[in-house]
Amino acid sequence: MNVTTINMSAGDRQSEERATKIHEEPEASPKIQVRDFNFFYGDLHVLHDIALDIPEKQVTAFIGPSGCGKSTFLRSINRMNDIIPGARARGTLMLDNQDLYAKAVDVVALRRKVGMVFQKSNPFPKSIYENVAYGLRIGGVNDRRILDDIVQTSLQRAALWDEVKDRLDSSAMALSGGQQQRLCIARALAVDPEVLLMDEPASALDPIATQKIEELVYELKSNYTIVIVTHNMQQAARVSDRTAFFMLGKLVEYDDTNTIFMNPKQKLTEDYITGRFG
Amino acid sequence: MNDRRKVDLTRGVKGRFIRDRLMTVVFTGAGWFAILFIALIFVFTFREALPIFTDPEVSKEANLHEFFVKRVEGETIEQQFVWQPVGEVPKFSFIPLILGTLKATFVGLLFACPIGVAAALFSSEFAPPKLREWIKPTIELLAGIPSVVLGFFALLVLASWLQNTFGFTYRLNAWNAGLALGIALLPVVFTISEDGMSSVPRHYREGSLALGASRFQTAWKVVLPAALPAVFASFVLAFGRAIGETMILLMAGGNAAITSFSLSDPLRTLSATIAAELGEVVFGDPHYSALFFMGTLLFVLTFVSNSAGQWVIGRMQRRMQGES
Ligand SMILES: Nc1ncnc2c1ncn2[C@@H]1O[C@H](COP(=O)(O)OP(=O)(O)OP(=O)(O)O)[C@@H](O)[C@H]1O
Ligand SMILES: [Mg+2]
Repeated sequence: MNVTTINMSAGDRQSEERATKIHEEPEASPKIQVRDFNFFYGDLHVLHDIALDIPEKQVTAFIGPSGCGKSTFLRSINRMNDIIPGARARGTLMLDNQDLYAKAVDVVALRRKVGMVFQKSNPFPKSIYENVAYGLRIGGVNDRRILDDIVQTSLQRAALWDEVKDRLDSSAMALSGGQQQRLCIARALAVDPEVLLMDEPASALDPIATQKIEELVYELKSNYTIVIVTHNMQQAARVSDRTAFFMLGKLVEYDDTNTIFMNPKQKLTEDYITGRFG
Repeated sequence: MNDRRKVDLTRGVKGRFIRDRLMTVVFTGAGWFAILFIALIFVFTFREALPIFTDPEVSKEANLHEFFVKRVEGETIEQQFVWQPVGEVPKFSFIPLILGTLKATFVGLLFACPIGVAAALFSSEFAPPKLREWIKPTIELLAGIPSVVLGFFALLVLASWLQNTFGFTYRLNAWNAGLALGIALLPVVFTISEDGMSSVPRHYREGSLALGASRFQTAWKVVLPAALPAVFASFVLAFGRAIGETMILLMAGGNAAITSFSLSDPLRTLSATIAAELGEVVFGDPHYSALFFMGTLLFVLTFVSNSAGQWVIGRMQRRMQGES
C-alpha cells in the first residue's frame, strides 16, 4: 500500500485524540441517518442507494472524483436541491430521527438547523455586520443589543473578530478570500445551527487561509456536527473523523478516517486515495 | 521535436497587429462620431436660441428674466405666469410649461417605477421559467407601441374612464397624461431593472436561502439591494424619456399652458409646446428663439440628469465592491 504520499503530520494531534475518544465513548445515536437514498436531476440518476450514519459532533468528510455526487448529497441534507427544477429525492434522510423529506417538514426551519458554507465564498454585498446579522434579521430579531452580541460571538467563533472588529460597517466585499470564507462561516453560525455543511470550503484559498479554515473546523466540531466535501486528501485526513468515499453516485466505502487512509477495504478506495486515478 | 523548436514565434504577428489596430480605429471612430453628432445637435439647437442673448430686437421680448422670473399683473399665479407667445404683448413665461412637464413626469414615474420594479422582481425571482419567457417579451413589446397610439388610447379611453371613476372636472389632466406616459416608461424601468436583477449572481440567492430565508425575503433583502444600481439607472433613463416624451402628452394632457400645481388640471409640457408651435412660428421671431431655447433646456436637463445618474450609479457600484 502506498499511503506514504499522504502527509498526516498536521493531523497527528487530532488523530491521537480521536483514537482515545473512540475507545472511551459508546456508540451514540447518529445525528444524520441515511437509508436507500436516491437522487435524480430529471431523468439523470445521480445518487444510488446511499446508506450511512453521520455521528454527532464529529467531522465527516466526503471524498470522490469530480461529478460523483458529493455536492448533490451534501445539498440534499439541507434540501438546497429543492430550488433546482426537476430535482427529486427518494429514500430516507433523517436528522435526529426525523425524516427530512416528509411533507410536514418546514425547509426554512431545517436550513436554520443545518447551515451551509459554499465552495465560492458568497458574502452579500452588504457590510460585515449586516452579513452576520442577516440570518437573525430574517428570523425577526431586530434588537440591536442581541444582534451586536451574536455578531460578535459568531465572528469570534469563526476566528475573524480580531481582524474585523474595527470595521464592521465596511463592505464585506473588501475582505480577502480567506476572510470572506470565514465571514460566511460566521454568518452560518449566527443562526445557531446544529449541523454545518461545507462544500469544498477551502478550494479557492491559499495554503495559509486553508490552514485557518481547517483549524476552525477542528475547533467547531466540539459544538457542531460537520460534514465537509473536499478534493484534498490531506485535508480530509487532517480534519475528519470519518470519511465517505463516493464514486459514480455510489457510496463505495465509509469508515473511520484512519481506516480509510491507512487500511481501506476496497481496492477502489485505495486506488483513489493513492492518486492512481481521479 | 527539433522541427517544432524552429517555429518562428514572430510569424503572423504583423498581420494581427494591423488587424487589431484597424479594429481599434474603427470602434474608436464610431464612438467619437456618436459624440460629435450629439455635440452638433446641441450646437445647432443652441445657435437658433442664441439671439435671445445677442440680438437686441429679440432679447427685448424673449430673455431669461422673461422665461423664468417675470410675473405679469394678476391676482393668482395662474394669471401671473403666462405663456402666450402670440398677441399684441407676447408673454413668454416657461413656468406653466415646466410645471406641466414636472407634473406629467411625476405621475408617470409614480406609476412606472413601483410597478416596473415589482414586475421585474416577479419576473426574475418568482415567475416559473415558462411564464417568465412570456412576461419579458410582452412588457418589452410595450416599448414598441408608437407614442401616438398610446396618446390616442389615453385621449379616448383612459380619460373617460378616469373621469367617470374619479369625477375630475377636466377630462384631460395630469393624471391622464401621466398614466399614459407611465405606460411608455414601464418597459424602460422593467427591462433595465430586470436585467440587473437576473444578473445578480446565483450564489447570493443560495447563501440567503441556506440561512433559512424565504424566496420573498431573498428577493427583497438580497436581490433587490444588489440590483439597486440597475434599478436606479432605470429610473434615471425613465426620467429622461419622460421629460422628452411629446406626442402622448400633446394628445392626453389637455394642451392648456396654465400655472397650476393641481394634478387634475389640464397641462402642457415643454416638449408638447415645441411640437405644437414650431411649425407655425415666424423664423427669427422672439417666439422662434424662445422655442429653441426650450429645446436647449430639455437637452441640458436630460444630459445633466443622465450624467448625475451615472455618477450615482458608479458610486453605488463601488460602494458595493467595498472600495470606499
Ligand atoms: N443542477 C443540475 N442539473 C442537472 N445535473 C446536475 C446538476 N447539478 C449536478 N448535476 C450532475 O449531477 C452529477 C453529480 O454532480 P455533483 O455536483 O453532485 O458532483 P460533485 O461530486 O460535487 O463534483 P465536484 O467534485 O466536481 O464538485 C454530475 O453528473 C452533474 O453533472
Ligand atoms: Mg461539488
